[in-house]
Amino acid sequence: MSTPLTREQIAQRISREIEDGYVVNLGIGIPTLVANYIPDEIDIMLHSENGLLGMGAFPTEDQVDPDLINAGKQTVTVVPGASFFSNAESFAMIRGGHIDLTVLGAMQVDATGSIANWMIPGKMIKGMGGAMDLVAGAKRVIVAMQHVDKTGNSKLLSECTLPLTGINCIEKVVTDRALLEIKDGKFIIKEVAPGFTAEDIKEITAGPVEISDNVKTMEF
Amino acid sequence: MSKKIYKDAQSALEGVKDDMTILVGGFGLCGIPENLIAALKDSGAKNLTCVSNNAGVDDFGLGLLLETKQIKKMVSSYVGENARFAEMYLNKELEVEFNPQGTLAERIRAGGAGIPAFYTATGVGTQVADGKEVRNFDGRDYVMEKGIRGEFALIKAWKADPFGNLVFRKTARNFNPEMAMAGKITVVEVEEIVALGELDPDEIHTPGVYVQRIIKGPSYEKRIERRTVKE
Repeated sequence: MSTPLTREQIAQRISREIEDGYVVNLGIGIPTLVANYIPDEIDIMLHSENGLLGMGAFPTEDQVDPDLINAGKQTVTVVPGASFFSNAESFAMIRGGHIDLTVLGAMQVDATGSIANWMIPGKMIKGMGGAMDLVAGAKRVIVAMQHVDKTGNSKLLSECTLPLTGINCIEKVVTDRALLEIKDGKFIIKEVAPGFTAEDIKEITAGPVEISDNVKTMEF
Repeated sequence: MSKKIYKDAQSALEGVKDDMTILVGGFGLCGIPENLIAALKDSGAKNLTCVSNNAGVDDFGLGLLLETKQIKKMVSSYVGENARFAEMYLNKELEVEFNPQGTLAERIRAGGAGIPAFYTATGVGTQVADGKEVRNFDGRDYVMEKGIRGEFALIKAWKADPFGNLVFRKTARNFNPEMAMAGKITVVEVEEIVALGELDPDEIHTPGVYVQRIIKGPSYEKRIERRTVKE
């Protein structure tokens, strides 16, 4: 039976991309959940762009400190070895290529590696926050999102139609149905969610697709 | 040395006028100069351009000045927490210039460091680069962004000494050090003023040269936007 992945499973699959020693910045939503699936033997530091490297778990009630929040404005704690710094310093880390991996949500991704995730003209007026800096500056950029939108339209396109967040910057997309790499102007299907075939994925993907020679089925 | 210390927020804002550009520190509601924002509201100054990463929430932080329509334009990176903001923007009661967060921080830092403009890869190929110079360095495109300065910068630190040397606390530091550099008059509010010499020179985050006026805030609400605790 083909059941799309849960948000947790998408996060779990992305967690396997993380290598020992990485500095990682996780966006809001599914990306935040990735932190829950990092194996104990892998040491990483989580970067929060408001000015914290070494973000820890959420605090207990008596650890709550209004001066200690993450980029999503949630109260957090720090791990041993953490540091605090200003915003300009924090984005020097991002823009200077010192962040190994960022995981972000998206409204659209296209086959050239462009991403749109910050604005719907006339509707959503929130701003891009740090997303444009992260996609332009992190060494690796992985997108976590649903494969199709609420009306069933593919979010993986030939060309994004919404205002862009960045161009030519996305390495991989992990959706609720597949893992696709972006290369040479195409989405390459590398893995599928249990119960799906590469053909199923091709059918629901609007952008140009290539099926990898050895498509794997994800295991959880 | 104690000439920098003012008795209250109101007196520390002397000289704030209509149409000024004012930099306001903080990230969300964390590390915002809450007493100075209240005094800015009470000053009645209007047509202000406020440079601040966010716009507070409807009833706290810079949201207070949106409510009274004292702000003409916001320069920010993210305002998703403020419903009033979206409403005013869509009704054309408010101008907004969205900057990528890192671009905003660097523009302020550059302004304070006497750097009129710089190039960054952030925003290339997006509407942020519209109308701006794009230049290729070593095979990659970069967009030119200009430095920002303000007539006033209103910031929040944890401790100050009478020279204006500042120490921030945890993530309440955020935009405050850059904004201190970029204000022609930088006003800081702190939780504690300590004697000169009490801060170890090695622990000072912002040297006092950037600070013109200091007040000790009478109280701090330090409202938490998203209290999140372990389940």
